[in-house]
Amino acid sequence: MSPKSVLLWTMQAAVFWLVLFVPQLVVFLLVDEPPAWELWVLVATAVVGVVHTAVEPSWRYRVHRWETTPDAVYTLSGWLNQEWRVAPVSRIQTIDTKRGPFQQLLGLSTVTVTTASAAGPVEIEGLEHELAQRLVVELTNTTQATPGDAT
Amino acid sequence: MSTPAEVPAGLPAAPEITEPLQEWHRLHVRMLVVRPLNEGVAMLVPILVLLFTGNGEKWRLIASGVTVAAILAFSYLIWRTTKYRITDDQVELHTGLLTRKQLAVPRDRIRTVDLTSKPGHRIFGLSAVRIGTGQQDVPGTDGLTLDAVTQQEAERLRVLLLRKGVAPGVASPEEAGAEPVALPESEVISRLDLKWLKFAPLSLSGLVAIGAVFGVLSNYADDLGLHPVQDLWEWLFEHPSLTLFAGFLVALVVVGLVLSIPLYVLQFWNYRLTREPDGTLRVQRGLLTTRSVSVEEQRLRGVDIQEPLLVRAGKGAKLAAVTTGLGSKGESNLLLPPAPLSVAHQVSRDVLKVGSDPTTLRLRKHPIAALRRSVFRHVVPWAVIAAGLAIWAPSWAWPIPAAVIPFAALIGWDNYRSLGNALDERYLVTRNNSLVRSTVALQRTGIIGWRIRRSFFQRRSGLMTIGATTAAGAGIYHVTDVGESDGLALADEAVPELLRPFLVDKSAADESAGDESAVDESAGDGQADRNVWR
Repeated sequence: MSPKSVLLWTMQAAVFWLVLFVPQLVVFLLVDEPPAWELWVLVATAVVGVVHTAVEPSWRYRVHRWETTPDAVYTLSGWLNQEWRVAPVSRIQTIDTKRGPFQQLLGLSTVTVTTASAAGPVEIEGLEHELAQRLVVELTNTTQATPGDAT
Repeated sequence: MSTPAEVPAGLPAAPEITEPLQEWHRLHVRMLVVRPLNEGVAMLVPILVLLFTGNGEKWRLIASGVTVAAILAFSYLIWRTTKYRITDDQVELHTGLLTRKQLAVPRDRIRTVDLTSKPGHRIFGLSAVRIGTGQQDVPGTDGLTLDAVTQQEAERLRVLLLRKGVAPGVASPEEAGAEPVALPESEVISRLDLKWLKFAPLSLSGLVAIGAVFGVLSNYADDLGLHPVQDLWEWLFEHPSLTLFAGFLVALVVVGLVLSIPLYVLQFWNYRLTREPDGTLRVQRGLLTTRSVSVEEQRLRGVDIQEPLLVRAGKGAKLAAVTTGLGSKGESNLLLPPAPLSVAHQVSRDVLKVGSDPTTLRLRKHPIAALRRSVFRHVVPWAVIAAGLAIWAPSWAWPIPAAVIPFAALIGWDNYRSLGNALDERYLVTRNNSLVRSTVALQRTGIIGWRIRRSFFQRRSGLMTIGATTAAGAGIYHVTDVGESDGLALADEAVPELLRPFLVDKSAADESAGDESAVDESAGDGQADRNVWR
């Protein structure tokens, strides 16, 4: 996982909280005599937002792990709630990469590995773009060498 | 090949056709009548409302006329633009007027065939055929529906599409000679027993039905400008009376109980579960709308014994299949309607072809910390609601959720009692939930990955929830709140070699890092040390 993912998550968290905070602020400033609770909600949003943005990304970075072996793809993700996902290479159906706007800015990619299960794919976040592409090629090669999809 | 493609599909279909047909077929021409019948019923009330409210203005007449004409034109266009054919290796369906859709399903990917005849279909001897594949990535794109063809044609398609096991190219010539579809000698696994009717009231289906009917009716009432619910509420507020409320409740329950029996009959009349000679399991049922769901046996990944609370109290259960390719509509995965638990176990045994039903295995209990979590999780929402009401609502409101709390705690306790897991040579068994207790036996070879979750609170109490992902059924089945080392051991044993590379010896981990978990967290670490191989 690239250390730049910390920056990525910080940007994402900051945007999320700004989207919540700014409209509140605008309303608060424009309305005459806003009720007291509005101020409290505003302050609470600001405090939670700042703490979350400061803490979550580095915590997440300490938690996140990923690994591939010839047999399986494995990730550990989350921060407060953590989740391991394991998918055997023999059951892989598709391998995608995607890059959001922030990721493009930082040269990062997410590799998504899906199996025949509807229960959600294994996502490897925050990889350097070149590493991601190499990984996709490697996974594709091993997947093609292994028949069957277990549906 | 010389037959014109326009010939409607199933006019007395020659029963001996076994060679795949290459021509394009239309859906049956009677659908011109049936579709408006089936779908027009839903529009009937709005049209009547439109016609008979107001003072017979001319625009109401015109609007209704236009609606009816639109329905008819629509069903004509659907019929006109839809065609299908079955080739050697796929089923193709072309449909749609403005957006042309061309669907093709490879025949070796077909897992299920579901024949449904609504009353409108049955009057005209038709049946809708839904063909399900193993794919379930994109909701709504699963499978392909031919709505509708004649019942003989549907039956022929069912046999044709699910017959494999023999390579088509090799076997078809001799087959064509050998059998005019050998009259299937299907083995009956289970059929409806009228004694099962006693589970109908326990399944609360009557109350659910009342709710549904009520919803529809109040919708129409709104169209008419009436607001019965609102009026009733207001009236109740003005004349608060405990006896009235109790009377209303009793009436509701009684009507629900009485209604549940005809509903059970309606859904499960003529219920039969059979094993067909072509290697499929087939469920047939229904009084008015008949259904026949065929599941390729090889693709059956397990069973799910479901025990709604009251049905469980009456020692009953229903059985569902864990398999790929079934639509989500109308309990298409049902193998056995609410019936005695012993019957459910027996059917499960017969369906899985095992000596004893894996769901009867003795389940390992989960740690006592799971009880705390379970009760907590069930009680907290009600406590929050009560607290909220106590602050913001009139003073009579908060005792209602507060009174629910003890029951919620009981449910939480029962939920904990449900939790359990077991493993035998072929199946992973896990049990969850209280209100609808579900015991799933999942084939270990059908597990295609793990999702192991530890929430903040779970980590504090040393628990984890292990999800076994699979292509079948719900896609994931959980072993909830299991102890960390037990859970990992279970997952490791259920699918050997998958988790192994990521597990470290617990003692070693304790020594090296004082790590509370048994998973090797030092792996990977930013540079993916093991991901390069060649």
